Amino acid sequence: MQVVPKTYDVLVIGGGNAALCAAISAQREGASVLVLEAASEFFRGGNTRHTRNMRCAHDSATATLTGPYSEEELWEDLLRVTGGATDEALAKHMIHESKEVLVWIAEQGVRFQPSLGGTLSLGRTNSFFLGGGRAMLNALYRTAAALGVEVKYDAEVIGLDIRDGTFHAATYRQDGAQHVVRASAVVAAAGGFESNIEWMKTYWGDVAENFLIRGTANNQGTILRLLLDKGVQEVGDPTQCHAVAIDARAPKYDGGIVTRLDCVVFGIVVNKYAQRFYDEGEDVWPKRYAIWGRLVAMQPDQIAYIVFDSRSLSMFMPSVYPPFKADTLPVLAQQLGLDPDALASTVRAFNTSVRPGTFDHTILDDCHTEDLTPPKSHWARVIDAPPYYAYPVRPGITFTYLGTRVNKQARMIMNNGQPSANMFAAGEIMAGNVLGKGYAAGIGMTIGSVFGRIAGGEAARNARN
Amino acid sequence: MLATEALKEADRIMTICNACRYCEGVCAVFPAMETRRSFTAGDLNYLANLCHSCGACYFDCQFSPPHQFNVNVPRTFAQVRAGSYKSYAWPRSLAPIFDRNGLWISLLTAASVAAYILGFIAWHQPDALFGIHTGPGAFYRLMPHNTMVVLFGAAFLYAIVAMTMGFRLFWKDIGEAKESLPEPKSLWQALKDVGTLRYLDGGGDGCRNENDIAPDNRKLYHHLTFYGFLLCFASTSVATVYHYVVGRHAPYAWYDLPVILGTLGGIGLVIGPIGLLIAKTKRDPLMQDKPRLDMDIAFIAMLLLTSVTGLLLLVLRETPAMGLMLAIHLGVVFSLFITMPYSKFVHGLYRFGALLRYAKDTQSGLKVIE
Repeated sequence: MQVVPKTYDVLVIGGGNAALCAAISAQREGASVLVLEAASEFFRGGNTRHTRNMRCAHDSATATLTGPYSEEELWEDLLRVTGGATDEALAKHMIHESKEVLVWIAEQGVRFQPSLGGTLSLGRTNSFFLGGGRAMLNALYRTAAALGVEVKYDAEVIGLDIRDGTFHAATYRQDGAQHVVRASAVVAAAGGFESNIEWMKTYWGDVAENFLIRGTANNQGTILRLLLDKGVQEVGDPTQCHAVAIDARAPKYDGGIVTRLDCVVFGIVVNKYAQRFYDEGEDVWPKRYAIWGRLVAMQPDQIAYIVFDSRSLSMFMPSVYPPFKADTLPVLAQQLGLDPDALASTVRAFNTSVRPGTFDHTILDDCHTEDLTPPKSHWARVIDAPPYYAYPVRPGITFTYLGTRVNKQARMIMNNGQPSANMFAAGEIMAGNVLGKGYAAGIGMTIGSVFGRIAGGEAARNARN
Repeated sequence: MLATEALKEADRIMTICNACRYCEGVCAVFPAMETRRSFTAGDLNYLANLCHSCGACYFDCQFSPPHQFNVNVPRTFAQVRAGSYKSYAWPRSLAPIFDRNGLWISLLTAASVAAYILGFIAWHQPDALFGIHTGPGAFYRLMPHNTMVVLFGAAFLYAIVAMTMGFRLFWKDIGEAKESLPEPKSLWQALKDVGTLRYLDGGGDGCRNENDIAPDNRKLYHHLTFYGFLLCFASTSVATVYHYVVGRHAPYAWYDLPVILGTLGGIGLVIGPIGLLIAKTKRDPLMQDKPRLDMDIAFIAMLLLTSVTGLLLLVLRETPAMGLMLAIHLGVVFSLFITMPYSKFVHGLYRFGALLRYAKDTQSGLKVIE
């Protein structure tokens, strides 16, 4: 028997911030909307679950923001972190829209709180979600449900019927069966491909086997692959990903925020041969946070160890796993599986190079090494106050940069340069348009909400015509 | 060292929460947690009693079950709280009452009610119990006022002594000095936080009980229960003043202050506990500390029995059922008093203590303890 596939005005693929903003905005425009989320109800929302704030421009302080953050200032921040790898017109459009989105998102039930402890530097620029990203998602899902948006969980899209830049239908798998759904327009908001180790290996080789994925296991990039294969223009460096150094004991997927370590600047970082390999005190931590994933990825077996002593133990945010701890460096080395002599000699060489200075971790202080390669430019203090501590670290992948090119309507651009008739993209899957490289805290959620809202509205209008 | 599985689990969870801190705006627990890098048993008992079990953090949490980190703050803190009630119980020998709380409270209440019925019968002709007694002093024909005062006074005094001893143990356990009498500002703040249930609202977004969608009215039901209880207490107090100062003896007319206070309080103390009981049946089972459900239910049932028997006594006071209703009501209230230090009632005491500590710490700026 032939089952006639159900038809919607707008199909949203994905279940995170961008997807839900698209769904809500489309439904508010009068469209019938179906959301297909590959994850289960608990794990819905992709990386949004692990987020905590969004970076939107605003004219004045609010109950939860300490001061104004102009469009120009946000643009300058974006320009700086991307080093110019951004589509200026699109980015400026997004930044302009972000102002309204800050109000709009609150109207969808999202609640804010003052910036979290330890993130005071973001108190003016970033709006923190009360209860974090999952609470934010729950609010969006509640609003979507109240508006009549239909959501299917454990519904992974495995095929897209796209002909000549026009979307016709999607095939998804649910409860072991395949289903076809038609829609007048589609919004792809299904994230990047960072959870797909095989895909990562095509650029990184076996090194990628040792990557830990900080967010959802569901970002397999299925939709991104299908779209690129059907002639959608790609954007962003396919080989690149946002990688930080996280605790090596973190689970393969979904360890989230609690596995991060903020203590690189307080000690030295050695590889499996107990050798240092990069200047740990190059710049203030937030500016160097995101280079250490790549640095560790370049080391043998993609493992490194942050070594420090009792002076520094309580100077950084606590993390989820306890540090290794020993009264002597050789014992610490044994615990870590390092050569005790090699570690002792690395620390000795470091200690003798440290020049006296006035330690202040809040500024670029004058504590540095001399005649040491690589140097430690700031916050260099001798490591000689037992007990000694160490955290093992591995590359933790946050997201990938490869995406689908879009225009200001969030409409996908095909390889021939023509806009698609009815295909839109929002969120991580198109973040590469404005974020070619680097990262600024909260910008991912801004991209998701702004382009999600635009994509949903445009898709609904598209479906009407 | 952490002595119980619940404390060990709470330590594991707080270590995760302290590395995340997304729930900082949800209630007082998380800012209090952030002042520590590691947790002693006293710290965890403090945090657990600060937790109002609003449930918001459970549904906000990206690490709650089925995530492998299995962060379940409401359940774990409920377990820690239950353990803390037991460990602060005075005298120590009565602490095991918390292990089979529902059973003990039921038995004690049944025994208390039976004792009152039998007492009434033994002291009078059996038919006096089912006679019609009206007018001032009607109740005291069944039980002399002075006997009533002595019995209830003693029970109440005992409860106060036992709970004071418990509170001292709690205060010491959470690391507060005996002398650290809080300044009026903190005390006032803590009273306001208790009186308004400030932290039973998920940081402004409301509590979560059943799931992340359904609205939760536990705050309203708790207010009805709490203020209903206070009104009933006020009714008794006014009646005592009437009796001794003004020389007017119960029962009072329906429009008299003790009856009005008692009736209003009684109604609150019927609707409130029923609402809380229903909320309990609807609560997400994963958030519940199931083995201690009997403690919660026993306490709610006691409050409900108190109000229902009191209201029935009011309605039936001019009928032959009055004697029996009076015996039942007095038996229930007597049991409520003597079991107070060994029932869920103590949650209010330790919660208040925790809020007082939090108010004190907040006054001095929530300093991080190295």
